[in-house]
Amino acid sequence: MSVIESPPAFDLPGVDGRNHTLDEYAAATILVLVQSCNHCPYVLAWEGRIDALAREYADRGVRFVAVNSNDAEAYPADSFDAMVEHARVAGYSFDYVYDESQEVARALGSERTPEAYVFDADRRLVYHGAVDDNREEADVTTNYLRDALEAGLAGETPPVADTPPVGCTVKWRP
Amino acid sequence: MLFWEGCPSHPEALELLQDVLRERGIEEPIELREVFTLEDAVELEFPGSPTIRIDGRDVDPAGATDPPALTCRVYRLPDGRPSPVPSRQQLEEAVV
Repeated sequence: MSVIESPPAFDLPGVDGRNHTLDEYAAATILVLVQSCNHCPYVLAWEGRIDALAREYADRGVRFVAVNSNDAEAYPADSFDAMVEHARVAGYSFDYVYDESQEVARALGSERTPEAYVFDADRRLVYHGAVDDNREEADVTTNYLRDALEAGLAGETPPVADTPPVGCTVKWRP
Repeated sequence: MLFWEGCPSHPEALELLQDVLRERGIEEPIELREVFTLEDAVELEFPGSPTIRIDGRDVDPAGATDPPALTCRVYRLPDGRPSPVPSRQQLEEAVV
């Protein structure tokens, strides 16, 4: 496990027009943070699967929050306004927040988009990395994120706790 | 083929391109050029990684005019899904 042990505190604007804080998710059985963005083709390839998991596990108390930390000055496609539009078009069922200062991404130690972090009921990191093992959904053989959710809900350790995220680099400010 | 190291898709794209060329019996070498800076991207009119030009023509003309950037390029597969690499069909059509 190469990253942090618990989620960083945050208070970030969401595409729904209000701010979201870590405390807001205190009642969640599991909290999933996903480092994400709008423009990355790897995010575009995986976002449907992420959304499907968020919808499937919502009634079991699992909450998903996607965090965009990319430098929107250098990458205007990742601006907050573009986030609002992207989430609307993609039909995100989860919260999508803008980490303009990049503090959350730095605290998480994020490198890629998408990059998933699963925190259990005690908010201990139980899984970090890729959503699954193939960009092509039809070729997926191991669903790392789903397996982590099932293990976390059962109070068990996921079969795989850490995988290399595959995707675009986080676009850091100069 | 122009590529930026910050995007992990160029090895897959290169393999696909080599496969298509081999299948067509084309033995022309593939020139690889790494794009390091935004200034390079502007100079080379590089809209993202990877960018593949065959005899100077972009294999995805629709995406070739996107602003220069050090980023992963988004291609569209024949069924409309986004992809970080061109489809085999795009490459096959480009080498005709």
